[in-house]
Amino acid sequence: MALPKSHNYDPKHVFDIMVIGSGIAGMAASLFSINRKLSTVQAGSAGGTLFTSGVLDLMAIHPIEEKKVWSNPWEAIAALRDQAPLHPYARISDEDIHRAFEEMVSFLNSVGMNYRFEKSRNVRLITSMGTIKHTYCVPESMWHCIKAHEEKAPCLIIDFNGLREFSGRQISSTLQNEWPLLRSLRVSFPGTEGLNEVHPVHLAQALELSPVRESLAARILPEIRNVRYAGFPAVLGIKKTPAICAHLEKLLGVPVFEIPMMPASVPGFRLKEVFDSSLPPKGLLRLIDKRVESVTRLDNGNFILNIGGPHQDQFIQARGVILATGRFLGKGLMSDRKEIFEPLFRIPVWQPANRVSWHRERFLDPSGHPINSAGIEVDDSFRAVDGTGKVIYDNLFIAGSILAHQDWIRMKCGSGLAFATAYAAVNAFINNFVNSSGRVTA
Amino acid sequence: MGITLQTQVLIIGGGATGTALARDLSLRGVQSILAEKDDLNAGASGSNHGLLHSGGRYVSNDQDSARECKLEGDIIKKLMPQCVENTGGLFVAVQGDDERYITDFPSYCAACGVPCTRITPGEARQLEPNLSHAVIAAYKVDDASIDPFKLSLLNMSQAVSISSRLMRRTKVIGFDIQNKKIARVALRNVDTGKELYIQADQVVNCSGAWSKQVCELAGIEIKILYSKGTLLVTNDRINHRIINRLRRPSDADILVPGGTVSIIGTTSIQIENPDDIHPTVEETDMIVREGAAMVPVLERTRYVRAYCGVRPLFLGGMEERGKDARAASRGFAILDHAREGVENFTTVTGGKLTTFRLMAEKTADMVCGKMGVARLCRTRTEPLPSTEECQWTEPGLSPKKWMRSHNTDDIMICECEMVTKTAIDETIVSLRNINEKTSLTDICMRTRIGRGACQGAFCGTRALAYLFERGEHTAREGLADIGNFFQERWKGIRSILWGDQLIQAELTESIHCGLFDEELYSSLEKITD
Repeated sequence: MALPKSHNYDPKHVFDIMVIGSGIAGMAASLFSINRKLSTVQAGSAGGTLFTSGVLDLMAIHPIEEKKVWSNPWEAIAALRDQAPLHPYARISDEDIHRAFEEMVSFLNSVGMNYRFEKSRNVRLITSMGTIKHTYCVPESMWHCIKAHEEKAPCLIIDFNGLREFSGRQISSTLQNEWPLLRSLRVSFPGTEGLNEVHPVHLAQALELSPVRESLAARILPEIRNVRYAGFPAVLGIKKTPAICAHLEKLLGVPVFEIPMMPASVPGFRLKEVFDSSLPPKGLLRLIDKRVESVTRLDNGNFILNIGGPHQDQFIQARGVILATGRFLGKGLMSDRKEIFEPLFRIPVWQPANRVSWHRERFLDPSGHPINSAGIEVDDSFRAVDGTGKVIYDNLFIAGSILAHQDWIRMKCGSGLAFATAYAAVNAFINNFVNSSGRVTA
Repeated sequence: MGITLQTQVLIIGGGATGTALARDLSLRGVQSILAEKDDLNAGASGSNHGLLHSGGRYVSNDQDSARECKLEGDIIKKLMPQCVENTGGLFVAVQGDDERYITDFPSYCAACGVPCTRITPGEARQLEPNLSHAVIAAYKVDDASIDPFKLSLLNMSQAVSISSRLMRRTKVIGFDIQNKKIARVALRNVDTGKELYIQADQVVNCSGAWSKQVCELAGIEIKILYSKGTLLVTNDRINHRIINRLRRPSDADILVPGGTVSIIGTTSIQIENPDDIHPTVEETDMIVREGAAMVPVLERTRYVRAYCGVRPLFLGGMEERGKDARAASRGFAILDHAREGVENFTTVTGGKLTTFRLMAEKTADMVCGKMGVARLCRTRTEPLPSTEECQWTEPGLSPKKWMRSHNTDDIMICECEMVTKTAIDETIVSLRNINEKTSLTDICMRTRIGRGACQGAFCGTRALAYLFERGEHTAREGLADIGNFFQERWKGIRSILWGDQLIQAELTESIHCGLFDEELYSSLEKITD
């Protein structure tokens, strides 16, 4: 449903939900909203999911200062509810978190982006840095990576001349003590001979072609010998990854896998492509690369959102808003020398007392930086509240990393938080405005 | 028991003075070993404005320093032009500044032989459009900016090419004193813990802010005041010339351009201990506020980095003259410890970057006198040679060179600061020449990797991958290396994280912790002493 730029929406038309933000939380909120037959419009930058890693965390580390890693994410969430009751997970049941995850993953699988997880287990995934990442749900193309690492099987990591962020030798050297049978091989990617720099997305697009895969496999095959797995940087195609993996496995005779690498990377690009192409046909009105510039509220409580773009302003009326604009990178939160603020609704931001206490003296301090827990405080319906706990607008819901009292970076809970809070926000809207007769006023 | 090395002179400390002393001695035919506990310019020599003073700064309160600056500045501009950007400078006063000082400034300058020319505020704003409209008076002076890293690297490089030896990451841990002489110096490699001894005819303490601690190892007390100065680096160059506030020296009153950036500072805070210092949020806020009085855009501009150094201010006999660090002389002192009964031990302390060569010359004169070497100083008359290996610290030079070379095999590792694979290769080779492996932090000092807008999130990752490819890293130590690299960068940005810089820091953390889980490996980082 591509929309002409000149079209001006009738601001008298009332949408059920306006989702602001196009990251993982915004996409999840849009999906859950259209799945529940709500008329939904979404605005946000074009590249909202580009910087995501493509692996989906649920919850792995708590307490972060002890670096305690949980192999069962649900036990970690239970401990968190007990010890950090302000964390957004403390307002959502395990069942709802699980349903949110299921609904998202089944959507991704339905559009050819196969994801895999086991319900009660975190997995250990190697990264291009040679570290072990603790996560929950990974693209099917990375599953063998977990297996190969568990088995410490003879394994070959292939990398490419000119792919500057990825060194197979770095991974095998860093992991050599725990995985001595890991080797690396550098080849030129077919058609890039003589190039100084190659880019992941270009390689991924090239691999969509079968002759490229055959040519690549021919360069690797002589080195396969006794290895039982072959690992690649995460560039195995954009839209046909399962078929590409299957073809390479046939050509090489061993299971293949992808290793997540530096953003902006192909798995993030795949998610963007899927959301861009699959949500509008399901009924989502997407205003791509449009920012919500300002908001006014009508007497009946509906929001009028002024959507800015390169050419002209548009106005959207909605009964409810889900704010999923992310943190600083997404510009959901902004800062100056004195404070952190939410630029659109100007709702209060819970934050450390002053800039002196925003960051710790060590960058990698396992305790995390206090600023990462700054954000918007909410009630059990995920509506923004002020410092006294009073709901600010009964139809303004908050989802994703902009929420206060969580540190997704250290806890490894970013995707789960995005899905679960988007799920909770959409359901709260339905409970308050669809199932109940008339509007509930604050 | 470690090995024992012999040399004529052991120089302790690899800052501007120590490296210049190594050069001066080698040009007089005297062999030396320079032992540095961290890295070249790791102390105040690497954390100052990079300002070659005309002398105008000191005309009212320290005339000797002003005269020295004038004479030394002229020598450096002539003999080391590759390290200098001859920008010229301004002194400007804004509404509310002391009228009397404004009027008296030319006569102060004249008394010290420091040239200065009065211009109108309008002319000053024409030269420097970012100056405040509140400027009420302005003088032109002969200030210039100087690259202190390049300076020390080139001084050391020439010394090594003649006869000197550099030992980085080697800390002096004790003196063996017999018959009123240091018979042997014990040292330890701070990475490997390996100990060694050096026997030297003369030992010179050039350790700047740490000279008191080194003296204590010989049982000698010296009185040093530690003055911490913090500076901020802007993302863009916002002035052509040095801009000084026309008032008695105070906080945040000098804005120095260099390459593609400008640097505003400093503070002057008296501290007890020169170790483990970092810029604070309070200092940063004060610098932005004060600097904006002269150049209002400083309130809105993006800052890429903050850093600080410790000025060692030698109190000599006047220590009771009040404890104001700014009032203490910026002059230098050469202490012959024969007075305290250690005949072959000398400390040079105090001073400033502009007079580094003179300090080295005077120290070499004393040391050579003690050894009976009659040769005269040559650094006063001979140009400093350039070498290829350290051309990369100058912002803007590496892209020029990269474009010129048309080397199709060269790969850009850092896009913010245009650092290529070749630049890193040169660093690796130069460190291999002194039998050392290259770390990311080494590369960071010798190129501009990690100093640009990405804060090292991307180029640090690429450079690390490249170090593995080159075999500089072979195992898990790479994770500790990138942790140390980020910690070094972090010290420089923590106090300026608001606006765009905060966004970048969040991106860096979400990649390196959110995706790579590097914080779980943080115990691998080195514990600094």
